[in-house]
Amino acid sequence: MDGFLDYFGSLDPSLFVAALPGNIAQGILWGIMALGVYITFRILNFADLTVDGSFATGGAVTAVMLMNGSPIWIAMLVAFLAGITAGLVTGLLHTFLGIPDILSGILSQIALYPINLHIMNKFSNLPIKVDNYGMVFTSNSEKMNICGLIMSMRDVYTAIIVAAVIAVIIMAIMYWYFGTEQGSAIRATGANPKMASAQGINISIDKIVALALSNGLVAFSGSLLAQYQGFADVNMGRGSIVIGLAAVIIGQVIGEAIFRKNFNFILRLLFVVVGGIIYYLVMGIVLWLKMPPEDLKLFTAIIVAVFLAIPYLRGKSKNSFKRVVKMNRKSAKLEVEKNA
Amino acid sequence: MLEIKDVFKTFNKGTVNEKVALNGVDLKLNDGDFCTIIGGNGAGKSTMLNAIAGVWPVDRGVIFLGDKDVTGLPEHKRALYLGRVFQDPMMGTVADMEIIENLAIAARRGKKRSLRWGVTKAEREKYREMLAQFDLGLENRMTSKVGLLSGGQRQAITLLMATIKKPQLLLLDEHTAALDPKTAAKVLELSDKIIAENKLTALMVTHNMHDAIAHGNRLIMMNNGKIIFDIQGEEKKKLKTSDLLEKFSVASGGQELDNDRMLLSK
Repeated sequence: MDGFLDYFGSLDPSLFVAALPGNIAQGILWGIMALGVYITFRILNFADLTVDGSFATGGAVTAVMLMNGSPIWIAMLVAFLAGITAGLVTGLLHTFLGIPDILSGILSQIALYPINLHIMNKFSNLPIKVDNYGMVFTSNSEKMNICGLIMSMRDVYTAIIVAAVIAVIIMAIMYWYFGTEQGSAIRATGANPKMASAQGINISIDKIVALALSNGLVAFSGSLLAQYQGFADVNMGRGSIVIGLAAVIIGQVIGEAIFRKNFNFILRLLFVVVGGIIYYLVMGIVLWLKMPPEDLKLFTAIIVAVFLAIPYLRGKSKNSFKRVVKMNRKSAKLEVEKNA
Repeated sequence: MLEIKDVFKTFNKGTVNEKVALNGVDLKLNDGDFCTIIGGNGAGKSTMLNAIAGVWPVDRGVIFLGDKDVTGLPEHKRALYLGRVFQDPMMGTVADMEIIENLAIAARRGKKRSLRWGVTKAEREKYREMLAQFDLGLENRMTSKVGLLSGGQRQAITLLMATIKKPQLLLLDEHTAALDPKTAAKVLELSDKIIAENKLTALMVTHNMHDAIAHGNRLIMMNNGKIIFDIQGEEKKKLKTSDLLEKFSVASGGQELDNDRMLLSK
């Protein structure tokens, strides 16, 4: 009992509050990554595991380009293109070589590990020092540098604003794109490939395009996170698919609970990012409760499992065999009481 | 309009499940023909429609649509010439998209899909008028998700999608089989109307002999991957279900028409 009290006595709320901005910034960055996952997982109906590799590719490309004196804008663009290439490979494996979706993603992911190492010149970790590059947007105007990083954890509040603005821009682009003829065709391909084919849509091409866009976005967010945390690591993408799915699913469950029938496409996108933030807030609480950091992935798995189960269990509770029996018993009882 | 010459298709070749689905099919449809297809289970009716639609390549034979040899074209390229309605009402539409979005996708069949908006304002009005003619109240639910509609309504939407861009050939694959009799009659009536108004050439597979006789100007019967009976014009008008049963028995060498669904719908 004493141990228990000691444990709670040792928890300092101010530590949780101090970690809050950092958690929010990371939540938005992973939310952007999750927007990429949303394209494949929700729109294309394709569980794409490439992202664990392409996320790290984004970071690796950014670090190496910066080291070679490239402006950040170019580095981020190349990171995006590298992600697109990764998605293209997965798409080709799936459509032209007929490899099942999960397997083609796993193959790309495995292949990307050594590729990322090559990109980083065999270093498993490369620093991106904000002191060397400066920052484009900063509350401290002295260190402003048009070619510097666009965010860093050194200046968390600016990072939150920059990440939020980027997230909004990406959501706007996605909202527009999936409303166009091309985007509608991709949605149809994901939801009903048979119908899409019958309406003259080349579903192979559309799958490849969606996978490429998704992984481009994932690599782009990998670039942002590498800048934010100040390094790129060949393992930084490990488990990112689960975090991405967590954001997508948490956002969906909460969004549906709030908006119900009015949960439209733009809100869905918004709540993917909200899901990312909530995920990191929960992680913040877990760490604040002094759970060992090496167990974080375990908690991630538990959180995702819980949120995946919620809609299922809720549906089941309204529509179960036990419930019918219970209801019947209740009405039988009422009948007896009425007659008595 | 449609010409099929000596088309063969065998599924699962070289396995115990080998099935000769099309065994040398020849068929020529004239412009404006509305041809119904009947036959027992596994006769090759749906297989023939799928061969025309290009769901998979045939083993042998040629398929012409108009002057165009489409034998080598994949499904999405043939879609330019075809309108299709499937047996399963879920199959022809995207449940998770709005009615109007489904229609807009169909209206762009055969066109390059650009970065313009998927549904334009001008289209909205046009589709509203089209839906209003159906008399199903769908014109006021254009932004509803198709998944909220009944099977009959979904088939009506699919029918409109199949014909919204006038196809050279309309393929109806038992498109009323999954509906209750009343709804089925309504969808059939709608099909008749659309085909007549647009002067379409159409192929309709059905299990119902009454329907096969009552609709269209031509009727073919299939058995074991072949067309065994082909009747049109005045002759078809005089046709009775008993004639069909007899024809079947003769043509298939004394075989009984052993299909419950067909017998029951006599």
